[in-house]
Amino acid sequence: MGLQEYLLQARQMQAMSFIVHIPLVCFGIAFPALILFVEWRYLRTGDEVFRVLARRWTKVLVALFAAGVVTGTILSFEMGLLWPNFTATFGSVFGLGFAIEGFSFFLEAIFIGVYVYGWDRMSPRAHFLSGIPIAAAGVIGSFMVISVNGWMNHPQGFALSNGRVVDVHPFHALFANTYFWHEFVHMYLAGFMVTGFVVAGAYAIGRLRGRWGRYERTALAVPLAAAVVASPLQVLVGDWNARTVATTQPIKLAAFEGLGATTRGAPEHVLGWYTNGQVRYGIKIPDLLSLLAFHNPNAVVQGLNAVPIADQPPVNVVRFSFQTMVGIGSLLALLSLVFLFICWRYKRLPATKWFYRGLAVAGPLAYIALIAGWTTTEVGRQPWVVYRVMRTSAAVTGASGIPVGYGILAAVYAILIAGVAWTLWRLAKIPMPDPSTGRADAPVEDPAAP
Amino acid sequence: MILQTLPMVIVLVGLILYTVLAGADFGAGFWQLIAGGGERGRQIRNHAHHANAPVWEANHVWLILVITVLWTGYPTVFGSVFSTLAIPIYVAAIGIVFRGLAYTLQNATMEPRQRRLIDMTFAVSSIITPYMLGTVIGAIASGRVPVGNAAGDLVTSWVNPTSILSGCLAVVTGAFLAAVHLAADARRLKEPRLADAFRGRALMAGVAAGALAIAGLIVEDHDAHRIYNGLTTGWGLTAVIISGVAGITSLGLTWTRRYGATRAASALAVAALLSGWAAAQRPYVLPGLTLSAAAADDSTMIAIIISIALGAVILFPSLGLLFRLSLAGRFDPAAVRRQEPTAGPDAPRPAWSGRVAIAGLLIGIVLLTIADASVAHAFGIAALVVAAVAGFAAIGPDELARNDTPPDALPARRRPH
Ligand code: HDD
Ligand code: HEM
Ligand code: HEM
Repeated sequence: MGLQEYLLQARQMQAMSFIVHIPLVCFGIAFPALILFVEWRYLRTGDEVFRVLARRWTKVLVALFAAGVVTGTILSFEMGLLWPNFTATFGSVFGLGFAIEGFSFFLEAIFIGVYVYGWDRMSPRAHFLSGIPIAAAGVIGSFMVISVNGWMNHPQGFALSNGRVVDVHPFHALFANTYFWHEFVHMYLAGFMVTGFVVAGAYAIGRLRGRWGRYERTALAVPLAAAVVASPLQVLVGDWNARTVATTQPIKLAAFEGLGATTRGAPEHVLGWYTNGQVRYGIKIPDLLSLLAFHNPNAVVQGLNAVPIADQPPVNVVRFSFQTMVGIGSLLALLSLVFLFICWRYKRLPATKWFYRGLAVAGPLAYIALIAGWTTTEVGRQPWVVYRVMRTSAAVTGASGIPVGYGILAAVYAILIAGVAWTLWRLAKIPMPDPSTGRADAPVEDPAAP
Repeated sequence: MILQTLPMVIVLVGLILYTVLAGADFGAGFWQLIAGGGERGRQIRNHAHHANAPVWEANHVWLILVITVLWTGYPTVFGSVFSTLAIPIYVAAIGIVFRGLAYTLQNATMEPRQRRLIDMTFAVSSIITPYMLGTVIGAIASGRVPVGNAAGDLVTSWVNPTSILSGCLAVVTGAFLAAVHLAADARRLKEPRLADAFRGRALMAGVAAGALAIAGLIVEDHDAHRIYNGLTTGWGLTAVIISGVAGITSLGLTWTRRYGATRAASALAVAALLSGWAAAQRPYVLPGLTLSAAAADDSTMIAIIISIALGAVILFPSLGLLFRLSLAGRFDPAAVRRQEPTAGPDAPRPAWSGRVAIAGLLIGIVLLTIADASVAHAFGIAALVVAAVAGFAAIGPDELARNDTPPDALPARRRPH
């Protein structure tokens, strides 16, 4: 039985697991910060609206966090279930990142317990402070995982001898890696974009249906403000990403652009389809790729033909994902600029329905961009799991039954998603506190209540 | 030598804490399953849920820590175990997903019929998961996991007498720990009837756990002789004796309703049992693979030890806080004591934040997008961070939301100031 028998299913199973985990991670990165901002406003003003909002969001956070925990657990199991050779060979090099990440998970889980069950049971200040480690842990956690991904894309800090790693420098491998920072910054902004647009989008739909009290306006404005600040910056950072890829993984860049042959003054193609070493039906802009990637219209850009076919990633998947991400990123940046303009010019939220319709689709779009971005990075790295060191086909498990496991996991995730969605829907249905008392202490509001 | 061993000690400690803490969590599910119907059954189920809701995630992380330290420090062991034992590990993972889902759903509904379904999911997955993880231990102990990528038998490696017994032992130990925990909790909530119900369950489960442990020794004599020898001589024997004495003591303490002390004694029994197993394995982790041969480079081991030591400095005080609040009943529904914040004067939003944001943005573009040096990029990112924070402040979403815009406002006109 060949090792590669189940390679395709293993890859798909890994991709599916990420597609479910990563949006939850975005909420882990950004949502605690937004909740803390609202709670801080409550502490400063004593205004009940902020308190109710922070409490209701906390419950959403708990539901999403639980889903993040279990999908993350699946991912760590998959390191062994799907890629035992990868982990058995390189665990000593990259594993440290995950071990440290374990501590950030501890912090997050511990303080989520304290924060959620501590509402009204601790002094307001202590309660607010107990939320800060949650926000910090979301950042540390993603920092660590991405350091591993950066290492897989740009391996260093070890040597190979007879298939065994020797001379390992784990800190150097993970944290002194030039391929790390752009991914981290980009992902961090993506976290705020996804969370911001998804949450704001939910309230935008509410507005289109006529729910537009001060509570709803605040709930829309806070995440939206974060997202519209992040979106234009994301374009700048993404351009930086592309330049880093151009110097470190030229073949990946060639796949982004469908550049078949090494070219001086390489053109950029928008849309189109890659076959036989060139892009067909695309809109060609001369010299632009050279200019963007190397700040010089006459620069030489390496083409896919620099390596044998067997070492090239599946170009159209990568290219399509990349263009999807960039397209969505540009649209969202545009939407943000519209908002910023209205905000600056009129000092109020936009009034037109069209803005809120746009906002309602912005959340799903940001999520698609997120997945497209990771597909760009991960599929663009293929056929390598560790760039130019280990092929994905050499990493995969020899255990049979991957297709069965994949099928079952898909079904389980469908149930998980439905369950979480149902929970969120139920939480949204909890009636608002009685305005006459202004209190949010209805028993059903209490996560610890029976 | 110490470098090669210490991370394994960390793994072992993690495993013990996982068994003790998450075990109690799994056991709660076990009691939900056999709680019976009616008002009383529901009371038991609700109690089993609430006692653990604030701590289950933290308890779960011990497993993650065990896994990550294992794959960093002893990568071959990890790869071999996870490929040969893919089935029980996968099933355990699915169980973990359903447990997490059940915790989420329990906050969403009070409707009895839905609750029953959720409780059932929770209970079944709470039994399957520890059982499967237990069989993994049994498989390793009985030497059925050879070194290599899926080199062992995918089925008989974990369907065999030792694995089955250790799976059952894991479930029953969890049930015992849970019953003790829930009895103590019920007493704190002044529910003596509930407390006594769990005390009875604890005694039953404790006796069963002891019987299984003894049966385990007999089975191992036939099925895993190397471990049997290890457990009946030297350190292994010492550990087994400690475990037995601690186990019997914990039963006595449960009988006399001293639940706090019971917890300590039962934790000791678990710790001794797992340490005895580790001692009996020595010097091999997997057949033919000694601990020092399995260990990663020294530099990796040092890095793990340093990171874990630093992490522990933050971790243990935080865990202490969580458990203190939880065990002292500070999270109980009755503990609500709302205090108003002492709102001071609110600082006005800085008027210059918009200008700072634009300045940060321009500097960022110059340094990140136009300049080529890495140093420039670092400062460029810093400038963009400033721009982001200042931009958020300039928008001032909380203030912005005060002003209403009617849902159908027509094209905007400038507001009079
Ligand atoms: C909300 C999500 C989102 C948006 C709007 C964008 N990106 Fe992105 N992008 C990601 C989310 C993302 C990501 C999922 O977070 C990735 C995957 C790996 C990484 O570092 O970030 C990514 C990767 C990624 C890479 C590959 C980096 C690598 O392989 O190391 C490039 C070149 C870009 N992005 C470029 C852009 C550009 C030019 C954008 C602007 C229009 C853009 N991205 C918008
Ligand atoms: C191979 C890849 C990955 C593995 C093995 C993994 C593992 C895990 C695990 C085990 C958890 C649960 C922690 C707990 O028990 O509390 C988790 C949650 C989390 N992961 Fe991942 N993860 C992976 C990918 C990612 C990625 C791509 C990111 C971000 C860029 C990320 C960031 C986080 C964060 C922030 C959490 C916190 C949970 C939440 O807020 O929902 N992880 N991950
Ligand atoms: C550490 C062990 C990891 C392994 C063995 C691994 C390997 C893989 C493989 C083989 C694929 C499938 C690619 C394909 O379909 O052609 C994949 C997809 C993916 N990986 Fe990784 N990866 C790892 C870590 C990470 C990390 C740390 C991240 C993020 C920080 C990440 C993000 C992703 C994403 C988002 C996908 C989905 C791409 C898609 O939609 O197809 N991976 N990974």
